[in-house]
Amino acid sequence: MAIDEVKIGGLGASRRRVEDNRFIRGKGNYVDDVVLPGMLHMEILRSPLAHARIKSIDTSAAYAIPGVRMVMTGEMMAARNLAWMPTLSYDTQAVLATDKVRFQGQEVCAVIADDPYIARDGVEAIVVDYEPLAPIVNPEQALAPDAPLIRDDKVNQTNNVVFDWEVGDREGTDRVFAEADMVSELELHYPRSHPSPIEACGSIADYDRATSKLTVYMTSQAPHIVRAAVSMVAEIPEHMIRIISPDLGGGFGNKVPVYPGYVISILASILLERPVKWIEDKTGNLISTGFGRDVYLKGKLALRKDGKILGVRMDTVSDHGAFFADAQPSKFKIGLIHSAFACYDIPTAYLTNRGVYTNKSPGGVAYRCSFRVTEAMFFQERMVQAAADDLGMDQAEFRRINLVKDDDFPKRTPFGFLTDSGQYEKCLQVGLDAIGYDDFQNQKAEAAKRGRLLGLGISTMTEPLGAGNSREYDILGIKMFDSAELRVHMTGKAILRTGAKSQGQGHETTWAQIVAHELGIPAEDIVVEEGDTDTAPFGMGTYASRSTPVAGAAVSMVSRKIRAKARKIAAHLLEVSDEDIEWELGRFYVRGAPDRGVSIQECAMAAYSNVPDGMEPGLENNAYYDPPNLTWPFACYIATVEIDPLTGVWDVIRVVAVDDCGVRINPMIVEGQIMGGLTEAYAMANMQFITFDEDGNCVGSNYMDYLLPTAWETPGFELHEVVTPCPHHPIGAKGIGECATVGGPAAFVNAVMDALKDIGVRNIDMPLLPDRVYEAIQTGSDVSGHPPVKNR
Amino acid sequence: MTSLFEELQPTIADEIQTTRVDIRINGESKAAQIEPRLLLAHLIRNGFRLTGTHTGCDTTNCGACTVLLDGAPVKSCTVFAVQADGHEVTTVEGLATASELHPIQEGFKDEHGLQCGFCTPGMMLSAKALLDENPNPTEDEVRWALSGNLCRCTGYQNIVKAVLWAAAKMRGEA
Amino acid sequence: MYPSRFRYEAPTSIEEAIALLSSLEDAKVLAGGQSLIPMMKLRFANPANLVDINNIPDLGYHRADSDGSFRIGALCRHADLEKSKILGEHQPLLAAAAPLVADPIVRTRGTFVGSVCHADPQGDWASCMVALGGSIVAQGPSGKRTIPVKDFVSGPFTTVLAHNEIAVEAVIPPAQGTRTGGYLKLERRVGDFATAAAAVSLDMSDGVVKDAGIGLTGVGAQTINASEAAEALIGSRLEDDVVERAAELAAAATSPRGDHRGSADYKRHIISTFVSRIIANVQRAEMQVA
Repeated sequence: MAIDEVKIGGLGASRRRVEDNRFIRGKGNYVDDVVLPGMLHMEILRSPLAHARIKSIDTSAAYAIPGVRMVMTGEMMAARNLAWMPTLSYDTQAVLATDKVRFQGQEVCAVIADDPYIARDGVEAIVVDYEPLAPIVNPEQALAPDAPLIRDDKVNQTNNVVFDWEVGDREGTDRVFAEADMVSELELHYPRSHPSPIEACGSIADYDRATSKLTVYMTSQAPHIVRAAVSMVAEIPEHMIRIISPDLGGGFGNKVPVYPGYVISILASILLERPVKWIEDKTGNLISTGFGRDVYLKGKLALRKDGKILGVRMDTVSDHGAFFADAQPSKFKIGLIHSAFACYDIPTAYLTNRGVYTNKSPGGVAYRCSFRVTEAMFFQERMVQAAADDLGMDQAEFRRINLVKDDDFPKRTPFGFLTDSGQYEKCLQVGLDAIGYDDFQNQKAEAAKRGRLLGLGISTMTEPLGAGNSREYDILGIKMFDSAELRVHMTGKAILRTGAKSQGQGHETTWAQIVAHELGIPAEDIVVEEGDTDTAPFGMGTYASRSTPVAGAAVSMVSRKIRAKARKIAAHLLEVSDEDIEWELGRFYVRGAPDRGVSIQECAMAAYSNVPDGMEPGLENNAYYDPPNLTWPFACYIATVEIDPLTGVWDVIRVVAVDDCGVRINPMIVEGQIMGGLTEAYAMANMQFITFDEDGNCVGSNYMDYLLPTAWETPGFELHEVVTPCPHHPIGAKGIGECATVGGPAAFVNAVMDALKDIGVRNIDMPLLPDRVYEAIQTGSDVSGHPPVKNR
Repeated sequence: MTSLFEELQPTIADEIQTTRVDIRINGESKAAQIEPRLLLAHLIRNGFRLTGTHTGCDTTNCGACTVLLDGAPVKSCTVFAVQADGHEVTTVEGLATASELHPIQEGFKDEHGLQCGFCTPGMMLSAKALLDENPNPTEDEVRWALSGNLCRCTGYQNIVKAVLWAAAKMRGEA
Repeated sequence: MYPSRFRYEAPTSIEEAIALLSSLEDAKVLAGGQSLIPMMKLRFANPANLVDINNIPDLGYHRADSDGSFRIGALCRHADLEKSKILGEHQPLLAAAAPLVADPIVRTRGTFVGSVCHADPQGDWASCMVALGGSIVAQGPSGKRTIPVKDFVSGPFTTVLAHNEIAVEAVIPPAQGTRTGGYLKLERRVGDFATAAAAVSLDMSDGVVKDAGIGLTGVGAQTINASEAAEALIGSRLEDDVVERAAELAAAATSPRGDHRGSADYKRHIISTFVSRIIANVQRAEMQVA
């Protein structure tokens, strides 16, 4: 009798999460919860200025404070060749500043003391003499002919350009534009924001002189990469480094890079031979660690009168801050921005990108997205809406005309990716039906009588999730595969370890479900561990929605290897040949005699007690999975908004989300990911941004200025699903963690623009602050550019 | 002195004021000798080793450190520990009994009201303060009561459902 | 973040507290602490001494006295006002503002009087006090004095309180007729500082405005007392042109700075819109009663 898969917590079960048992009791184990014997505490002194030469540093007053053990300076780091470190994008980044500070918040000194209060007292006592230099706070200033050189530390760097990059068919695109009936143009800025997990970054470095082993507890989404990086930077052999990433209080891309604080705490521990804990404060996190976005677009669509898009031209400028420290596959300078328009059938496209240095914090991390696809899809969906409006076409119909059709797969995207599956029009239709598209004009007219403006915004997109395949994706040469190791114990219980690292995604729950699906072992009999590089197999970590597409696939594959061995054991136990064995969930049986069978648990016991001659005992294995392609989930997000024209305040009325992420392992968790993503989308459209004043002061350096929405403002979400299995993933799953963050913002912005299009407004750049909306309504014109910070 | 050995700091100067506090935390009486500048959150976490109370920001915004002080929710990073002297503190560790979860804890698990778990303790204590006062809140009342606690993962919808679930259970309806 | 060292005293009487303030250098009073402690954590404030008044009994009250005045003690928390059974009846403006102060958790700890003493131009209560013509009762070594709130705040984050004086009570004068009014605040999310906010108090009798006050939040270097705008309303029946004039005068009384919450012009516009709206809401409510 076959096992009921849902009952054992297999595929499709909305299994309640295993990790919750500790979190709801306050028994999570985050970095700051870890206490080691003899542990000291580190606090960092950060630059108050955006651009300045360091003339002198006086640490004597700090040293005079009882309880201060050491004050670290750039000079001390330089003496050990650690003042600078490589970034994930083949640039260098200062660990502690030696020559200049290049952004507000840059690390200048670190104080190690008996407790963090005293460490902070020490930081306050340090006197740094700065010679201020002219700060550069946007690309326009950076590219001005007489602009001061930010990276004068780099030989051969003569200006503030980081790189120039292009992709697509320039000539072909020019041709198409020359022949088009109409060209729709749009300029956009995707403002800088910050992933801002509630838990900031931190580390506890513990160097043991006796064993020469370095153990570091660290807030890392990718502990194995960190191990390799630390080995290279600190010249400690890789086997003598153990990175433990315990429970993470959110990540969203922020905890991928290696930050100066980690490196300083490591050197401090080596020098003091004591464990050193560094827990970053919120301001430090917001002003110095990996940000997201900050990209400018000049976009053009070549259109035929009947609504067909013939070509795309995107010219982009990205602001990388003082160091090019983007976390992304190395061969792509601006991530996967060229995944734009992947869901549309467009023959020709061309994109340029210029990256610039500014006196702003470095980073450019994949903030809840697959390496800049958030920018790609936002630009795409804003351009699509503007083009529909320019043509005077219905926005849904315009999308329908241009979306890739179901039987066109596999399909080359305009910039050359290969999409493989989807039901785009169906998703759109489900969304339109759910929101009541046909009735919306009536509601709009009704609202107008109350003096309110209503708008409906659509965003449809497919995005490339799950980097990577090793042909195309690597970080610093390390291929982007992932791994799983499964040990089935003799009693049929099991431990699974992967190279991914959950930050709230629920891997401990879902990975066990995949094993349950593949082997029929109840999910509750499988414990999942991640994040300890001494025990977990090598993996590239969790970001870019890659866990299910890559590590999750590895979990399937390792389970299948276990099943293959168990099959041989079953044949031995049942005294038939391998070929006569059939599998049903949880059990092998003899073909033609379904009553004669053995369970997977019986096979496990036999693996330790009764293996056939010539077979290795035990039942464990590992798998390294290199996906043949990215996964391509599709989403249709629709938002309706109501605007108060007298204040510019807009309220969300409804949000409908239709997600096709293929097969859902745990629908409850998938829906949780979608709602979390929609909230960040709403936040970015509405309030969440980081900007800088003309002196380079970061505006948005704490939660008083960097606004995250609360339960009160956050709208309710209505979720719908369409399922198109991924053709190459072992269980047909696609990435989902980031779809809503990627596709969502355009739905909200398009909704506000839909409400304002009749008065001639085509664009307001995010965030759609009430004053910008009000200004657009008053003037009947666009409000563009990075958000203002000075009196206008 | 409670142990056989206690390391004394030779360098601590006389002028540093310390004071004794007696706090009832999760029903247990505790005493500590502290500097007045010690924040309640840090006494709870580092002194009493109850690490379920998290600190997420410096500016009294995020609410991850929310505890109940004499039954009322406070951000424990914005109360000095010395101010809790003689008072009663409830942290997330005090919600469950040895054998039973609090319905709010059950609700958070059952409705998937958490992901990374970092905001969860504070969120649950705000929810408890609400339900202690209002056993039958509307969705809007729940959203309002939780608006001093930030969550980056869930989008709040399931948190709200979790609190309503717990309210129903506490009323004997679930 | 970690505050710097200070000495701490927790007196149990006002007199003791005043004596401590008189004898200690660089001492600050700690009431709810919801503004002071964050500033100390960020080390924007580093007082050498803190005098915690939370252990002084009988300061948590708010009450309507028989003479029609309304009194709020130094330890009355925002949440006490938000949940008050009597506030709405006597002080509709305060009842409208109470749920909009900070966030629900901060409201359980922070105090009304402390908020007024903090003298933050972004403070909600100070605008309400201005609109209501309220006063602060300060107690020092030589006794009590009553300071009208318009004279109490001497600049951003500064008041006329002497170093050894404690604000023990806020007093709101009796209504001339029926007191009505409202508070509107533009904030991007709960707990945000106001982009701009307006407090309007109207004392009405037979449809005629007997007294009026308008206080404005977040649109100047300190709380704005839009007295000309309020005077324009007095004696009127809130005719449209009068309201429009008052709204314009209120906007004219502001001197906002453009920032990431909005431009200066926008903030001025919000003030006039909100003043009009509050009065329109009042009229709508009156009509419903009538």
